[in-house]
Amino acid sequence: MSDTKKKQKAPRDNGAPDYKKYLHPLMAKNYGKWKYHEPIRPGVFVHVAESGDSLYTVRAGSPRTMSVDTVRKVCTIADKYCQGHLRFTSRCNIEFLLSKKEDIEPLIKEIHDVLGFPVGGTGPSISNILHTQGWLHCNLPGTDAAGAVKALMDVLYEDFVNERFPQRVKISTSCCQINCGGQADIAINLQHHKPPKINHQKMQICELPKVVAICPVAAIRPIKKDGKDSLEVIEEKCMYCGACHGQCPSMEIRDPDTDTLSIWVGGKASSTRNGPSFMKLATYGIPNNPPRWPEVAVAVRKILDAYRNSAKPYERIGEWIDRIGWKRFFDVTGFPFTKYHIDSYRFARTTFNNSTQVRL
Amino acid sequence: MSGSKKPDEIKTPFLDELEKGPWPSFVKDLKNLSKKKPAVKQLLQQVEQSYEKRINYWTGTVINMDGYGGGVIARYSDLGDKFPEAAQFHTIRIIEPSGWIYSTAALRELCDISEKHSAGILQFHGMTGDILMLGSNNEQTFEAGEALMEKGWDIGGSGPALRTLACCVGPARCEMSCFDTLGLTKYLTDTFISELHRPELPYKYKFKISGCANDCACSIQRSDMPIIGTWRDKIQVNQEEVGKFIDKRGKGFVTENVIKRCPTQCMTLKDRSIEIDDANCVHCMHCINVMHKALAPGKDRGVTILLGGKRTLKVGDTMGSVLVPFMKMETKEDWEKLTDLVRRIWEFWGDNGLEHERVGEFIDRIGLGTFVEAVGLEPDPRMVRQPRSNPYIKFEEYTRPRMAGESKKMPSVMDKELEDKEKTF
Repeated sequence: MSDTKKKQKAPRDNGAPDYKKYLHPLMAKNYGKWKYHEPIRPGVFVHVAESGDSLYTVRAGSPRTMSVDTVRKVCTIADKYCQGHLRFTSRCNIEFLLSKKEDIEPLIKEIHDVLGFPVGGTGPSISNILHTQGWLHCNLPGTDAAGAVKALMDVLYEDFVNERFPQRVKISTSCCQINCGGQADIAINLQHHKPPKINHQKMQICELPKVVAICPVAAIRPIKKDGKDSLEVIEEKCMYCGACHGQCPSMEIRDPDTDTLSIWVGGKASSTRNGPSFMKLATYGIPNNPPRWPEVAVAVRKILDAYRNSAKPYERIGEWIDRIGWKRFFDVTGFPFTKYHIDSYRFARTTFNNSTQVRL
Repeated sequence: MSGSKKPDEIKTPFLDELEKGPWPSFVKDLKNLSKKKPAVKQLLQQVEQSYEKRINYWTGTVINMDGYGGGVIARYSDLGDKFPEAAQFHTIRIIEPSGWIYSTAALRELCDISEKHSAGILQFHGMTGDILMLGSNNEQTFEAGEALMEKGWDIGGSGPALRTLACCVGPARCEMSCFDTLGLTKYLTDTFISELHRPELPYKYKFKISGCANDCACSIQRSDMPIIGTWRDKIQVNQEEVGKFIDKRGKGFVTENVIKRCPTQCMTLKDRSIEIDDANCVHCMHCINVMHKALAPGKDRGVTILLGGKRTLKVGDTMGSVLVPFMKMETKEDWEKLTDLVRRIWEFWGDNGLEHERVGEFIDRIGLGTFVEAVGLEPDPRMVRQPRSNPYIKFEEYTRPRMAGESKKMPSVMDKELEDKEKTF
């Protein structure tokens, strides 16, 4: 490695790429001077500028992880139809940018034929599922990310290419309880069920004081094990969050035999209407069942069907549940409400019903 | 790549299942790639074993480019003996262009570097917003990093540092954006590039920047410092378009979906027009989203700045909360005022924060009132939902010592004139 270091010649601290070089010509011309936008069909919309220019966007779902060959195919299509410019959305969709309306249909055909990507994910549809690395590249996962997303999006494909929900639906997955997939209308997250198993022989590779300090419930304390410095976990205090595992690989929190998946509902990022909200536990104990996790799809479909049948226009899943109440949510989805749904962590009391306002 | 041993024909019955179905298959794509990249073949074999056993085989470690303290996510395979080509399989985080807008020339450049120096796998994008280039071994990682920087790219942050910034599409293609999200993202990245590359904060710090309250960058839940566009004058109303909208959708639709959905009930429907009590508007964007030809954000625009959002790790999720209710964000001076505020926050948090303590957790520990005062802001009722409802007040005139690094009087970012510019930085 030291040999390699000697070869260094490139400049450091280049900073962010100059986005101005990458703007589509109509973006550069009408920067900050857009007037309105309109949907054309699922996956396609137009932005109209004060100058009268129209910029058409065709949105395609991507698997996020792509080979360079696939990215080059995307580029070839963008060169042919988009003057060599495209963008990605925060949910890993690809947006092809067009200045000619008549190019929309041939472009869509090429996206389907050459890339095999679906066009959709706009408006009241199910957009691409946020996820991170899973077994492909993470050091902490108890399940996979890209594969779980692929399996679920196969089932939700028609909901991506059509706009048939009351409002947009955003889904995320996370492979451990750090939950890097993010808040979502529906989130599928791995759930640990046991305290970490400590590998006392390999504990010395970790900075033990840091491991003690990271525990949010002060459940870790130093001990001597066979004459060596190590740690122990006070199991009654531990809530299986896995923070120590991120700090030290010898605090193994994962267990292929007991880890399960939980489904959470009602997260929302934007400040529209009642503002952002966190998701809440809908159901748990779903088996971590690769390669297709069929039980997840069944539970997600129950939520989606209930939402589609009774939400009002513009109501996100969390807003819909706020209106109909959690009792009815559990009734219509068929998920049992158990003592585990009742919060027991900090500020649990703020989630209790302090009134006689009860739907009977 | 070291070692030229040909791996056996790839058998992946679990992953093969993921080649089926209508959604694009990363497995199919990577299998094609594996024909020319032995590391990808062995990667797939390792992932197959994970699928079979439900066990992960990556161990994380640290590798740094010379001069940098972050930007490479290093992974060693626990099955390195079995899969030597994938034994070292690192990711380089690359700073993305603002708004994730690319030219095909730029993407091809990334493809060429990825194919030459790495496994040829790219991800658009990581949840922080950066481009991910997967699959280089130790030596290739340095080569790929040099090649990227030679072409003007730069690598991103990791560890207790500023992380790669992210923003929405902003004024490049959105009529709702209230300020130049793309320009500010590049400016902040470049201004704080040293803090991004050289970890010196108590823990990570993320900016996410959205042009309006729709918050397409998910900033309130996903970043330490959300910066979100807003306005402080009246919503622009085109009554002619309001009339057309009512004619088309009906009064009932407008009442149900616009008037009644306003969180502060500040809108009234009158015949074929709308009246808005702008003093009571909280700039949530809902009415503008529904009637985007008829309504638009006001003209006196700026940002609301929040602080303290993060995901679950350790204490559970927190959202950012309002720190600066309104600030202009148009000129270079406005941008500098923001960077001054950021530096004051970093200094106070840096001096007093615990290791691995995000700024939101730090505020939970010391109190928002203490924090606001220490970074030179005035307490404002818009920072809270309500004043406290308990009497356990520590009146600081009697009890509070000054925190380390805190001067007696610090400038207020909300003052029109910024005093003491030369202070500390």
